Amino acid sequence: MKTLLIGEYREGKLLDSTYELLGFASQMGAETAMLLVGSETQLPAYGGTLYLADATTCGEYNPDLHKKLILDAVQKENPDYIVFLHSSYGWDLAPRVAAALKAAQVSEVTGIVPGGFGFGFGFGFEVGCCNAKMRRTVRPNTAPAVLTIQAGAFPVEQMGGTPQLQKLASEGKGALEFIGYEPAEKKEVDLGKAEIVVSVGRGIGKKDNVPAIAALAKALGGELGATRPVVDAGWVEHSHQVGTTGQTVAPKLYVACGISGAIQHLAGIKKSDFIVAINKDKDAPIGEIADVLVVADVMQFVPALTAKVAPVSS
Amino acid sequence: MKLLVCIKQVPDLESRFKPNAEGVWYDETDLAWRMNEYDEYAVEQAVQLREKLGDGAKLTVLSIGPDRVVAAIKKALAMGADNAAHIQDPAAAVKDPWQIASIIAAYAKDKGFDLIFTGMQSQDRGSAQVGVAVAEQLGFACTTTIVGFQYENGTVTAKRELEGGVKGVVKLKTPALVTCQLGLNVPRYPTLPNIMKAKKKEITVIAVADLLSEAALATTASFHPPAKKGGGIVLEGDVGELADKVVAILKDKTAVLR
Ligand SMILES: Cc1cc2nc3c(=O)[nH]c(=O)nc-3n(C[C@H](O)[C@H](O)[C@H](O)COP(=O)(O)OP(=O)(O)OC[C@H]3O[C@@H](n4cnc5c(N)ncnc54)[C@H](O)[C@@H]3O)c2cc1C
Repeated sequence: MKTLLIGEYREGKLLDSTYELLGFASQMGAETAMLLVGSETQLPAYGGTLYLADATTCGEYNPDLHKKLILDAVQKENPDYIVFLHSSYGWDLAPRVAAALKAAQVSEVTGIVPGGFGFGFGFGFEVGCCNAKMRRTVRPNTAPAVLTIQAGAFPVEQMGGTPQLQKLASEGKGALEFIGYEPAEKKEVDLGKAEIVVSVGRGIGKKDNVPAIAALAKALGGELGATRPVVDAGWVEHSHQVGTTGQTVAPKLYVACGISGAIQHLAGIKKSDFIVAINKDKDAPIGEIADVLVVADVMQFVPALTAKVAPVSS
Repeated sequence: MKLLVCIKQVPDLESRFKPNAEGVWYDETDLAWRMNEYDEYAVEQAVQLREKLGDGAKLTVLSIGPDRVVAAIKKALAMGADNAAHIQDPAAAVKDPWQIASIIAAYAKDKGFDLIFTGMQSQDRGSAQVGVAVAEQLGFACTTTIVGFQYENGTVTAKRELEGGVKGVVKLKTPALVTCQLGLNVPRYPTLPNIMKAKKKEITVIAVADLLSEAALATTASFHPPAKKGGGIVLEGDVGELADKVVAILKDKTAVLR
């Protein structure tokens, strides 16, 4: 069984998430080859075959060209699985490769379900659904199959060594023109250093309820964080957003108020030492990561808690 | 200019989900339905463009599913779409993304759409495949996860959202398809007069069999709750007592409280 792993490179740098692909391949017990549109000065610590194309000529975001390069490598390697990260690069490119090969795609894989699925190597793949509340086991009906793996679901694995390079080149413009990057907004609040973060989610119900949660943050001597919908709705400034498209936090205490626990939010909080979640839904996925899940109405519970806390620092 | 927006109706995600009899998707009993959140942004963006272009443009909304999806279609019409296509399919939920995309592509193929909007993913399946697969099947230029959109003379300038809040700016020429991310705009609430007006707008019903020719490339073998990780404490009961318990736990387990 062989996997073709599609590495990631952005703004002139090899992304560390590339090594999660190797973690996935070793859980599969699969042979690997890798493809990267990157640079010869930024090679991954990987001792296998690396199909390398130059990002300065092929572009960092040029999906039509990258698709062609991948199809080229697929022809040479004849892999059983073509594996991407489920990232802004991967979820954009994977369906294009799958369509070209008319191959099954399984998105945001979190686990491998071996055996008994009667096609190819018989693997099924576990994926989340219904906002992470439920799971599906999905079986590809084609070989090769295209997979995108959830960020953080498989361990980083640095194989070490120097790759055997197979250089690929591609010409032409592709249907879109990449103009450039816009940097992330400047952080007014550095949540990454905060020892306590109290975050609001959509479950607080309305903007007028934000101050009551902010009062808990203040009473604890911590910072206010927020989920994305709360930021999109204009309840809290973007600089407070926690998650994959916001900030990553690593506090001693994280309090999640009315937050469901979507993967993109969890990715930003999993380095927290201790997590308390308040949610009216006992089955909310935040419960899977929380040390304490308080099943209650957040607007009743939080003021009651605020009244009772006295932080070490005061 | 011809615009198409593709929408899905999904259950309220705060519902409790149970497997259906086949064990491959959720049981639909007692669920409340709404428009997929990502698609609301797609509809809003399409309507804004339709308004900017004026009467030279026409916006069609498409949804695949059983009769219940007409409620989502009506919302899009009330938001400002001109007409609708309801692809009648009681078994839409068991189709894979490739099949759903092929149905949309078969519908759109000879209609001369210049621009197609979809959500970046559905809230219930979350595969993030259908939009891109439609574009590939139609040979349209495509970009995904957009949080900024402008259209001028056959060129779309879109901002893609990347990890860590970085954005990528891309230009694409029509015909094109974009998949819309949360926060792209502020979806409007349909007003009562517009809801009334929408009642007169045309909804064409097409049987899925007329459009589907592809087999599923992937199959759901099972639908189930996550394995319980355990470990965490679950507290329920009177709010005042809960607060005391949490304070006690924080004193015991963390160094943040006195
Ligand atoms: C590419 C991409 C990137 C993303 N990046 C981020 C990111 O960086 N950060 C982020 O947060 N999200 C991000 N998201 C969005 C993410 O998928 C979720 O939609 C989001 O995190 C949900 O926010 P929420 O928990 O506030 O809202 P919901 O999911 O709506 O959850 C609300 C919760 O509140 C509970 N609740 C409701 N009422 C009450 C009450 N009275 N008392 C107690 N509890 C109550 C409900 O049970 C529910 O669990 C991203 C999505 C995508 C696709």
